[in-house]
Amino acid sequence: MAALIALVSGVVFGLGLIVSGMANPAKVLGFLDIAGAWDPSLIFVMGGAVLVTAAGFAVLRRRHASLSGEPMRWPVASRIDARLATGSLAFGAGWGLAGFCPGPALVAAAAGVPQALIFVAAMIAGMALFSAFEYLKRG
Amino acid sequence: MTVDWSAFTPANGAAGGLLIGAAAVLLMLGAGRIAGISGILGGLLPPERGSRWRLAFLLGLCVSPWLYTLGAALPAMVVEAGTGRLILAGLLVGAGTRFASGCTSGHGVCGLSRGSRRSFVATAIFMAAGFAMVYVLRHLVGG
Repeated sequence: MAALIALVSGVVFGLGLIVSGMANPAKVLGFLDIAGAWDPSLIFVMGGAVLVTAAGFAVLRRRHASLSGEPMRWPVASRIDARLATGSLAFGAGWGLAGFCPGPALVAAAAGVPQALIFVAAMIAGMALFSAFEYLKRG
Repeated sequence: MTVDWSAFTPANGAAGGLLIGAAAVLLMLGAGRIAGISGILGGLLPPERGSRWRLAFLLGLCVSPWLYTLGAALPAMVVEAGTGRLILAGLLVGAGTRFASGCTSGHGVCGLSRGSRRSFVATAIFMAAGFAMVYVLRHLVGG
């Protein structure tokens, strides 16, 4: 049940990325280029998404379990530390380099855009490096 | 700053945003999970216990362009970066989002919606870094 709902959610999420233009790196870079010919469209993507999610989450906060019976796993981390800052800095730099963030990159790769496949392979390598780093740190 | 009105698509943006929001609400309602793509993918490297929902979500994400083509032609997905830049960008995005525990979806959409200060800081930093990177590439070193 949880997996089935996750499947539908993934489809809707992906369609949202395509409809909004987020899956097109040129469009994302047009938004990030505030000093050039700026395309503010992505503000509307973020605004629409946050509006719906904030309203939905406010209602869901009162639930004790999800429809599938799984617990509601709300994030509990609240620390603002160097790890959060450097990670976000690296992510933003990479986002600006190519115009891809994780969701759109997966959608474009699945659509068969060859450069997106290269990006996704490198992204997975970067994530695996993080996992290896964490594993070694834990000893 | 000059707005590129010819590229401006607020209605498509908002419609896509509503779908993204609906997907995030559905995943929490149905599976009790936050729709953060980097976390969902990263949790498979190596696979955490009970990761079937992760695979299902990612499968859905990957079939979405194919379902989209049943109704309309896919919009253009134009990549300007060359191979070297794509690899560097991928490594930065992959490692960076894992260190920060989130990306545009986890922090930017779900975190801001929860009123999380941590996500607000993360979003402000990655947006600023994105703006700065594009400024350097396009206006200082000339792309």
